[in-house]
Amino acid sequence: MPHDLARAALSGLLHRTNVPKEVVDYIIFGTVIQEVKTSNVAREAALGAGFSDKTPAHTVTMACISANQAMTTGVGLIASGQSDVIVAGGVELMSDVPIRHSRKMRKMMLDLNKAKTLGQRLSLISKFRLNFLTPELPAVAEFSTSETMGHSADRLAASFAVSRLEQDEYALRSHRLAKKAQDEGLLSDVVPFKVPGKETVTKDNGIRPSSLEQMAKLKPAFVKPYGTVTAANSSFLTDGASAMLIMAEDKALAMGYKPKAYLRDFVYVSQDPKDQLLLGPTYATPKVLEKAGLTLKDIDAFEFHEAFSGQILANFKAMDSDWFAQNYMGRKTKVGAPPLEKFNNWGGSLSLGHPFGATGCRLVMAAANRLRKEGGQFGLVAACAAGGQGHAMIVEAYPK
Amino acid sequence: MVASRAIGCLRRFTNASRTLHCSGYISRNFTSSSALLARTHINYGIKEDVAVIRINSPNSKVNTLNKELQSEFMEVMNEIWASDQVRSAVLISSKPGCFIAGADINMIAACKTPQEVTRLSQEGQKMFEKLEKSNKPVVAAISGSCLGGGLELAISCQYRIATKDKKTVLGVPEVLLGILPGAGGTQRLPQMVGIPAAFDMMLTGRNIRADRAKKMGLVDQLVEPLGPGIKPPEERTIEYLEEIAVTFAKGLADKKISLKRSKGLMERLTSYAMGIPFVRQQVYKKVEEQVRKQTKGLYPAPLKIIDVVKTGLEEGKEAGYLSESQKFGELAMTRESKALIGLYHGQVLCKKNKFGMPQKEVKHLAVLGAGLMGAGIAQVSVDKGLQTILKDATLTGLGRGQQQVFKGLNDKVKKKTLTSFERDFIFNNLTGQLDYQGFEKADMVIEAVFEDINLKHKVLKEVEAVIPAHCVFASNTSALPINEIASVSKRPEKVIGMHYFSPVDKMQLLEIITTEKTSKDTTASAVAVGLKQGKVIIVVKDGPGFYTTRCLAPMMSEVIRILQEGVGPKKLDSLTTGFGFPVGAATLVDEVGVDVAKHVAEDLGKAFGERFAGGSLELLKQMVAKGFLGRKSGKGFYVYKEGPFRFVDLYGAQKIVDRLKRYEAAYGKQFTPCQLLIDQASANKKFYQ
Repeated sequence: MPHDLARAALSGLLHRTNVPKEVVDYIIFGTVIQEVKTSNVAREAALGAGFSDKTPAHTVTMACISANQAMTTGVGLIASGQSDVIVAGGVELMSDVPIRHSRKMRKMMLDLNKAKTLGQRLSLISKFRLNFLTPELPAVAEFSTSETMGHSADRLAASFAVSRLEQDEYALRSHRLAKKAQDEGLLSDVVPFKVPGKETVTKDNGIRPSSLEQMAKLKPAFVKPYGTVTAANSSFLTDGASAMLIMAEDKALAMGYKPKAYLRDFVYVSQDPKDQLLLGPTYATPKVLEKAGLTLKDIDAFEFHEAFSGQILANFKAMDSDWFAQNYMGRKTKVGAPPLEKFNNWGGSLSLGHPFGATGCRLVMAAANRLRKEGGQFGLVAACAAGGQGHAMIVEAYPK
Repeated sequence: MVASRAIGCLRRFTNASRTLHCSGYISRNFTSSSALLARTHINYGIKEDVAVIRINSPNSKVNTLNKELQSEFMEVMNEIWASDQVRSAVLISSKPGCFIAGADINMIAACKTPQEVTRLSQEGQKMFEKLEKSNKPVVAAISGSCLGGGLELAISCQYRIATKDKKTVLGVPEVLLGILPGAGGTQRLPQMVGIPAAFDMMLTGRNIRADRAKKMGLVDQLVEPLGPGIKPPEERTIEYLEEIAVTFAKGLADKKISLKRSKGLMERLTSYAMGIPFVRQQVYKKVEEQVRKQTKGLYPAPLKIIDVVKTGLEEGKEAGYLSESQKFGELAMTRESKALIGLYHGQVLCKKNKFGMPQKEVKHLAVLGAGLMGAGIAQVSVDKGLQTILKDATLTGLGRGQQQVFKGLNDKVKKKTLTSFERDFIFNNLTGQLDYQGFEKADMVIEAVFEDINLKHKVLKEVEAVIPAHCVFASNTSALPINEIASVSKRPEKVIGMHYFSPVDKMQLLEIITTEKTSKDTTASAVAVGLKQGKVIIVVKDGPGFYTTRCLAPMMSEVIRILQEGVGPKKLDSLTTGFGFPVGAATLVDEVGVDVAKHVAEDLGKAFGERFAGGSLELLKQMVAKGFLGRKSGKGFYVYKEGPFRFVDLYGAQKIVDRLKRYEAAYGKQFTPCQLLIDQASANKKFYQ
């Protein structure tokens, strides 16, 4: 269950940081597809991980930026003086999603509960039809438009004239960089997880550098038969959990910690959930840069959530278009596309996987770790999310 | 109804300048400029080995198949067929929202004899046959309306790709103009979508949306409309459609794409069944019966369509084409067709606001009275994005009205023309309330309260106390003089009549009534709202009965006289529908309400005296007095309550008792009549007196 993964992330964090459990003031987790038994998964995981039962915990949800929301909620609690020490994280268990009974079946079951006499019960049961048993599956589709995200991504890629080849090339880059980073031991934020009854997972298991020829053979997954988004150039759904320790600087120093990075400014944006569903980074990037008084040139490490190759490349084209900036974003000029040599250098969601609610912390940690490893002061994290929302955050390396 | 299924009817551009018509981006990707000869309606360029033919009639929002366009198209096709460089072609329109809206009606109207029209049809047939036999595959890339001749052209191509847009509709609406698809459509459609679906399309003239067309096999691929990207959405979508079409054209030329469509089980079964001559004969018979029943034989076009399709299927293509062109010629000369075309032109005119733009656009609307009419008006307003207040005097009345609006929208969800989210979003535009809160923001108030002058005066005064100065007050009434309603107004220039017809969401007509004091801007505002609600609008002066009721009343007066002379309502209904009225006269009175008819008859009787004195008003008065109010009270000229006891009354208790006794003798006690029935029979009593 999700709280098991979340608990493992929490234990891993405790183990890595040696932070005493009692000093943690508050725990926040992000998640997207909720397990009904543990709807406040943050609390269940914290209790299981042995945190003090006096430490409150709550769960937030904002599609693929749920963990980002958990982190910024923590930042807000610290900034407003509510707390000093926060644990923020996220969890998603895609391999076991809640599948519900149909509405008719649910209604019958609830009515049965209320029925008082045998006669009432029998009359209810007599209304049963076989189609009541058809289950309801959660869909990766927008509620407001009923369009699946992959379909929207394909249309977005077409809007920005992103070719299949460009998408495959970008996906291959992501896998190659992830493999390289994994081989070089750069993905240091991973902790092993023992799957009950199975082997221990010690590393990301979705990294598969293939060849362009192999990738070109795949059929489109959403817009058939001529679309450009395929299984190979989309992020894959996976299980995962993440956790991060966020403290007020003076508190951390007083406790003898050397912080990795500052969480600086952040923004949330939202736009049309139909035609601009995945353009969050385009809208969020110029806003967060302006807020922080920075320009694109000041950024040394870009960490963007890779939902689809086509989505990343469409965002690049949108960010690099004056026409788009003027007509849709109400800006005078474009912000510009991030230079590829500074972009997702250790792989991204395409290759490392995308456990919805957990991805945000991974992005921020990757930015922080890259700044430490590669040198540089500022990192920029950006992500799109279902509902046509988006997020960006400036991460600053802590002076050595 | 014709107008909504518009088949293009543009003036011919005989004087159109013969300049190259192509906007900005269109010519960018061309590798060959020699192909860019100056043509008026069509230009084409070559992408690798695919010719991209673009239709773009100058100075018009739509493309219409006229002689010039046709001859230019053939010129272009001949060049393509002759070119070694070209292996396939894409046919696309440069106009957003329109592929080809149909044939030019005026081209037909200019003909003097059926033979001339037949020749027109034969030219079209030949052209499309040549296209159908093209050895280089042609892909029709359809975005926007593809109707009549436009669809006939598209189905002559080897492949069709359409944008899945609400604006993309396919259909053959010729029947609505009293003619038939005269350029091979009657022959190709049955082959393409099967006989039943083809009949449905041709006999109803209905528009088919792209996704439905795909399922039917009318188009081969769908392309989703795009959002903003490197260009504005509409522009990029057409470009994308073209890119996809070019890919498919190449695939077809390389024989990588099969023209065979995989059919579903039902489809295969249907087509198997249609292969059996006996089944086909039954289908023809059934369809003809249905048409005769619905049209009462008053419209020649549907019957001829059946005939032509039958000829083609039973006697072969050649006979089919010949029959199509001949019947097309004959139909074009009928007075039915001329009348339908006149009606069409009239409706087009009634879809324009000749009073100009109102000074202030109506964004906030309030409707008083949540009855059938009020809720209907609210429904056609909210789904056009108008913020609408629905006010009623009681919570029960309001709840009923809100439910009516919701049901109207929900029915669209069931028909899949709306998503449930869109329904909720639209329904959110409706605010139900019992008081006048929010009326200070209203730009227009339409009252649909009970037809009683005192009540109308009361609400007018109440409303005027709360609305802003610019707000228009419109009265929905079928007969009360607007002058009289406006007499208590402080601002009669803002008072106007808006006479809707029930059911409001189905009936297209809106009668707008102006008084001498009504300002032009008020009229412009009312017309603008009506147009937004999708209505066909006539604007008339405030005379007794306005226009529609004034037209109907003398007839109804005579109808009463006929009833008084002893003709039964059934006979009357069959006579009137046989004459061409869609609803029989007696049924009409029952639907409208006998009490309403009485009101109207009284008012108009006063105004016109003996001119309206055919039937006696007494009949209506007595009916109202006895509660025979029409369908709403369960009885009028007809009785609408049908139950076992009423059956006994109508059939006769004695007859039933006699029959039961016979059965009892033959079969036993289960048929013994009950005591009540026997009493009823012996006393010759009725359950309903």
